Amino acid sequence: MTRRWTIWPRFLLPALALGAAAASGQENADCLACHADRSLTTTRGGKTVSLCVDAKKFAASVHGAVPCVGCHADLQGKDLPHGVPLAPVDCAACHEREGKEHAASLHGQAIARGDRLAPRCVDCHGNHEIAPVHGAASAVAPQRVPWVCGKCHQEGSPVQRQRVIHEDHILENYSESIHGEALLKKGLTVAATCVSCHTAHTILPHTDPRSSINRKNIARTCTTCHSQIEAVHRKVIRGELWEKEANVLPACVDCHQPHKARKVYYDQGMADADCMKCHGNPNLRASHGGRSLFVNADELAHSTHAHSACSQCHSGVNASRVRPCETITAKVECSACHAETGRQYLASTHGTLFAKHDPNAPGCTDCHGTHGVQRRKDPGSPIFPTNIPDLCARCHREGNKAAVRYTGSEHDIIERYQESIHGKGLLRSGLTVTATCTDCHTAHSILPMADSASSVNPRNVPATCGRCHLGIEEMFNASVHVTRIGKTDKRLPVCNDCHTAHTIRRADTEGFRLTIMGQCGKCHEEIAKTYFETYHGKVSQLGYTKTAKCYDCHGAHDIRAIGDPKSHLSRENVVATCQKCHPGATRRFAGYLTHATHHDPQKYPFLFFTFWGMTGLLVGTFVVGGVHTLLWLPRALQMRRARKHPAAGVEEEES
Amino acid sequence: MSLESGRAPERPPAAAARDDRQYLRFSRLNRVLHVVMIVSFMSLALTGMTLKFSYTSWASILSRILGGFETAGYIHRMAAVSMVAIFVLHINDLFRRRKKEFGTWKAMLTGPDTMLPTKKDLRDFAASMKWFVGKGPRPRYGRWTYWEKFDYFAVFWGICVIGSTGMILWFPEFFTLLLPGWVINVATIIHSDEALLAVGFIFTVHFFNTHLRPEKFPMDIVVFTGRMPVDEFREDKPAEYDILAASGKLEEHLVEPYPPIVIRSIRAFGWGALGLGFAIVVWIIYAMVFAYR
Repeated sequence: MTRRWTIWPRFLLPALALGAAAASGQENADCLACHADRSLTTTRGGKTVSLCVDAKKFAASVHGAVPCVGCHADLQGKDLPHGVPLAPVDCAACHEREGKEHAASLHGQAIARGDRLAPRCVDCHGNHEIAPVHGAASAVAPQRVPWVCGKCHQEGSPVQRQRVIHEDHILENYSESIHGEALLKKGLTVAATCVSCHTAHTILPHTDPRSSINRKNIARTCTTCHSQIEAVHRKVIRGELWEKEANVLPACVDCHQPHKARKVYYDQGMADADCMKCHGNPNLRASHGGRSLFVNADELAHSTHAHSACSQCHSGVNASRVRPCETITAKVECSACHAETGRQYLASTHGTLFAKHDPNAPGCTDCHGTHGVQRRKDPGSPIFPTNIPDLCARCHREGNKAAVRYTGSEHDIIERYQESIHGKGLLRSGLTVTATCTDCHTAHSILPMADSASSVNPRNVPATCGRCHLGIEEMFNASVHVTRIGKTDKRLPVCNDCHTAHTIRRADTEGFRLTIMGQCGKCHEEIAKTYFETYHGKVSQLGYTKTAKCYDCHGAHDIRAIGDPKSHLSRENVVATCQKCHPGATRRFAGYLTHATHHDPQKYPFLFFTFWGMTGLLVGTFVVGGVHTLLWLPRALQMRRARKHPAAGVEEEES
Repeated sequence: MSLESGRAPERPPAAAARDDRQYLRFSRLNRVLHVVMIVSFMSLALTGMTLKFSYTSWASILSRILGGFETAGYIHRMAAVSMVAIFVLHINDLFRRRKKEFGTWKAMLTGPDTMLPTKKDLRDFAASMKWFVGKGPRPRYGRWTYWEKFDYFAVFWGICVIGSTGMILWFPEFFTLLLPGWVINVATIIHSDEALLAVGFIFTVHFFNTHLRPEKFPMDIVVFTGRMPVDEFREDKPAEYDILAASGKLEEHLVEPYPPIVIRSIRAFGWGALGLGFAIVVWIIYAMVFAYR
């Protein structure tokens, strides 16, 4: 049988009032008279909550000697059974410092705001069964802390979903971090838990200058455990400066991301100076092959990796050896830091060839260099926009190693690019925002056109060009030339079908304007043919650009079906379209048949019959005239002879 | 083609060199008009054909030589204006001569020298056919033979048809205020095919009938000089000669010939016109037979 608090008031309260004196002692036993019953429950917030107190466990808890009313102070001197609900237990009555800290913390402030998700003491520590905090049984023992905090701070929890928490996958990341691994997998209870960094009660946002995880305080927080860290961070942190100007120097979390701190690259005890003892010698050569092992310190100091330690790239050193580098077995793996880029590279043509140990495949250093690696924005960098064509040309110029194995239709790409609008913009006008090789082909995900993931695959070309030519892409995407709108079996054109890939010219040049008609005619065969039978087409065919071309009427990128009200040739717009060249054009004028043919009696009977009428007239006249002339010829010849030799003349007369 | 010719004699022949004097067939106005017409017609043909046969490489080259399609267009329109001006001047000349020489239209249009087709033309045509097949003598043609009259009216027809459609093509925006747009397409076909007819006819049939037929070969320059030897006149137009000889008025129509330098210049011009005409014919045949699409 379940008794519910909700039904108590109906018949119990009068009884309580009558027998108030019955409960006078208020010993714990008195309370347990009711609260030992395992079936004693109540409903809070729609949930059934047990009100049972395990007497044994309570006696074993840190509060075992404390009477119930010591905490449930509002029952002091009250008759039992007591009324409901009880006031919340105020732990701060005894734990004054912790209470103050908690009240000032993020959690305490949330409680003050009435945030129902904010944790109270009992949410972390429990209630009647609180074990000694340093004991293994404690709810906040180090190995339990991640789960205590994780109850709220894990993916999918209401807190994580409904409150602004800047970090994600906190519990997951922590459990895989060096701290989490030590604590949870290796049972190292001195490993940092949530509270080691965030503190237990003074939890504050990192933006708060008092917070233990504030940028200024983070070093102090970390050094509570990593007290000798300065000694091994010689190059990066430089001792005292770190403490004095913590805002200038990197904070721990800049390298060791919060929750993800892992022991990966940071081989301890190595400083660049140790490496340079040998590698600063210009004559240092490898024992095998004799390649130079000299590292130009000056070059390195001006590179984008100037602040990275040697051992960060050349991983695997052992500081305890005389030659720490003798334990290095693997080549530099750039993807250790540049993970996403490395993934892209490996999926690219360059990367797949590299994986096959193809001698022609370019690795990271072939494009980026080694110790002198520069940012893309540095004009001295080989990947600075104006240097990219030359960089790619090292392999892709006709006759070079990449070009000789290429079997596609694009040739002389470097020369053609240099003469194209992009090439001229980049190399002659110095416009560094102009498209270079990598803007279209991407830097690291280079794939052949046929690959559907390639940036230059027909499916992706509009988006690739649209990265710069956004307005054009928007127009194009609303045109009949996208599959969504133009329903056809034929392959629809994309940017390079009209503009070419590497020979892109200005669209206002005569040569381009004339060739573009041929491009339309490739698919629109019939309509192009009939266009050339009208005045516009004939003049265009003579090589002039001033008469209307396909795009003058239909639009260039925003070609829409004639029935579309937004089409340049819709009923609403056609007159205005004609008026671009013919200012006096009217609706009747727009009735001119720009694609007329006189070979179709069904579609254009007027033209058909006019043409054949005229042809009949021509043929008739020429036949009559021709026959007349031919019949005449023998007589005329006779007359000529007669005039030359009067004696033989037929019609000779006296002169 | 021939134009109605006046008989306005130039200066009455002087006493000197009687035997050299020639019959004056064409008035100065008519000779000038014919020369202007040749220039205008050639210009129209060249500029027009570049468009009609724009699909040949020749057309592109020619269009460049003519200064581009816009310049060619101006040339075409100016030449067309000249052609219409010739037409107007000629009509004006007819009115003037009706008043001065004939008095009434009836006298002018029913006389022996009329340009209108007559029964005699019908008879001459039948007789010509017989002559061609060796069944009779050469007909005694009058001042204007039936084929000359045909050429003459062909120009009237041509100017009306090509001129009117040309105006539609020149001012399409104006004409479509009244007419539907497809009329421009129809006008294009008529204009272009009628022009082809005119060019083809002039550069083959007219060239042969007037210049290339063996007794005139290589060209008859009477339309430039206005003069023809009396012997040739008597042989060519016997009916006209007879009337003039009978009335004793032949003497009034005899004039001094031009000096050789003038004749040479005229022949040079004639060669130019003939050469250009043939070149156009060859181009047309090439375009229609070999390059047609």
